Amino acid sequence: MGLGFLVVALLGFPFMDRNNSHVDFLANAGAFVLLALGLNIVVGFAGLLDLGYAAFFAIGSYSYAMLASQQFGIHVPFWLMLLVAPVVAALFGLLLGAPTLRLRGDYLAIVTLGFGEIVPQTFLNLAQYTNGPNGISSLDQPSLFGHPFGFSATPYYYVLLGLIAIGILAARNLQNSRLGRAWMAIREDELAARHMGINTTTTKLAAFALGASFSGLAGVAYAAKLDLVSPDQFGFNVSVLVLSMLVLGGMGNIWGVIVGSFVLSFVNSFLLPQSTTLAHAAGLNLDFTNYRFMLYGVILVSMMLFRPEGLIPSRQRAAELHDVAAAPESA
Amino acid sequence: MPLLQLTDVRKAFGGLVAVKDLSFELAEGSIAAMIGPNGAGKSTVFNLITGIYAPDAGSLVFDGKKLGGLGTARIASLGIARTFQNIRLFAYMSALDNVMTGRHARMHAGIFGSLVHTPRQRAEERAVRERARELLRFVELERYAGSYARNLPYGGQRRLEIARALAGDPKLLLLDEPAAGMNPREKDALIGLIARIRESGVTVFLIEHDMALVMNVSERVTVLDYGEKIAEGLPDVVRRDERVIEAYLGRAEGAA
Repeated sequence: MGLGFLVVALLGFPFMDRNNSHVDFLANAGAFVLLALGLNIVVGFAGLLDLGYAAFFAIGSYSYAMLASQQFGIHVPFWLMLLVAPVVAALFGLLLGAPTLRLRGDYLAIVTLGFGEIVPQTFLNLAQYTNGPNGISSLDQPSLFGHPFGFSATPYYYVLLGLIAIGILAARNLQNSRLGRAWMAIREDELAARHMGINTTTTKLAAFALGASFSGLAGVAYAAKLDLVSPDQFGFNVSVLVLSMLVLGGMGNIWGVIVGSFVLSFVNSFLLPQSTTLAHAAGLNLDFTNYRFMLYGVILVSMMLFRPEGLIPSRQRAAELHDVAAAPESA
Repeated sequence: MPLLQLTDVRKAFGGLVAVKDLSFELAEGSIAAMIGPNGAGKSTVFNLITGIYAPDAGSLVFDGKKLGGLGTARIASLGIARTFQNIRLFAYMSALDNVMTGRHARMHAGIFGSLVHTPRQRAEERAVRERARELLRFVELERYAGSYARNLPYGGQRRLEIARALAGDPKLLLLDEPAAGMNPREKDALIGLIARIRESGVTVFLIEHDMALVMNVSERVTVLDYGEKIAEGLPDVVRRDERVIEAYLGRAEGAA
């Protein structure tokens, strides 16, 4: 019931609210929902802390920019790229996954952090292919049945809505499957998992690859919509932002992750800029967007203090954290 | 042909020889036990069988296949399942999911099946869920199906580990101190459970300190001390063996 209502509201939104900037905001937020869903597979399901997830977003975006623009004169259609880019991102997921298989916790986090730094640097420095800091612009405009998307955000909004629907379905299926259970078993006890006959190597690689494929999708849609990719869009702060979305919403819970993602996007791209506009209108010389990271900090610290399992926690995480909290009393 | 045959298996950690040229075999369909004082190398033997450690020398042959050098996951899928001395359940997965995970190696759904939930994948999941429920009934834990493994009472967690191990239809079940921490009534139930497991055709090999339980359930006993086999045979015979008594109780003063 509630879900049906939400779907209708989302589908009808661009007709009810003709303000293109609102639709634009939602479309961008949608790309981040996809990213959060993908990172949730790696971190939430399989328990592999990945601090460089933005790298795959970069790879998805750049694959569209390089394969669908004047850059090399290659023009792969947008819709086809929605199939190609996830595969490319997944391959890079394998590439990152392979050397990290023996690492856990902090060490894994550091290696993924490194990967997250290397990828944008590479795009920056391969200037003859990527135009370096200027990035690649004038990407091919998607079109549907011969109608180009144009400058309105609305078609991208619907594309992202569709991709998110597919993403939710995929994530949910994975969670309730042989593969999903294997991920959780590895997260809970890797040695015991091996005794179940779980090949931890391929299972972890599958998490990296599938997680990365989501950001491949997000990258294509985001790049096409923005009509520009440049290395500075995929820095460490993006990786942290997406991870914060998981923490805020509830790691491991698909709906929690979506809510967390939306809330942070809302604060980031809507609340703060709008407040700034209002402040200026009121004659106050305040730029709230400068306080963005302070606000993240406050949100994250408060979450850790008051609701560490996230807004909509997975059952596991809630139990886990509340046991820890209760332990000293029962001891 | 024995189900499992160890020949001159040796494992050292630095200068410490944990298992010294150990040979023994398990007959298919039997219940055998391995006993010995703490630190005798019993768990190391289990870890060698399940591939956590590779032997320094000697050979392990299970069901006609050499185990040396195979990984733990591969060995598990050949049909060797185990429980752990310190319970290692998937604490924040439901009891049912724990048992279903135990079936992993016998399932076929790959990435695509898991992603798309093909009709075949669904049918497999249904069958495995049904089988997991059966196993929970078998170990009398069906009412805990939806609870997190960690929320089960202690004895229940031990039985859940057994159910999880049985889920993969193993030929050989290794139980590492299954009665540890159990009260007498739970122990009685465990004895019955082990007998029923054997009846279902699974060979059982256990490490146990509880002599009453060992003598009660096992047909053959192997005794280790300082990594060496010091006695082997029928429980009643082993119990009266002088070297065994000595290993457990120490040498009588002045007897040396």
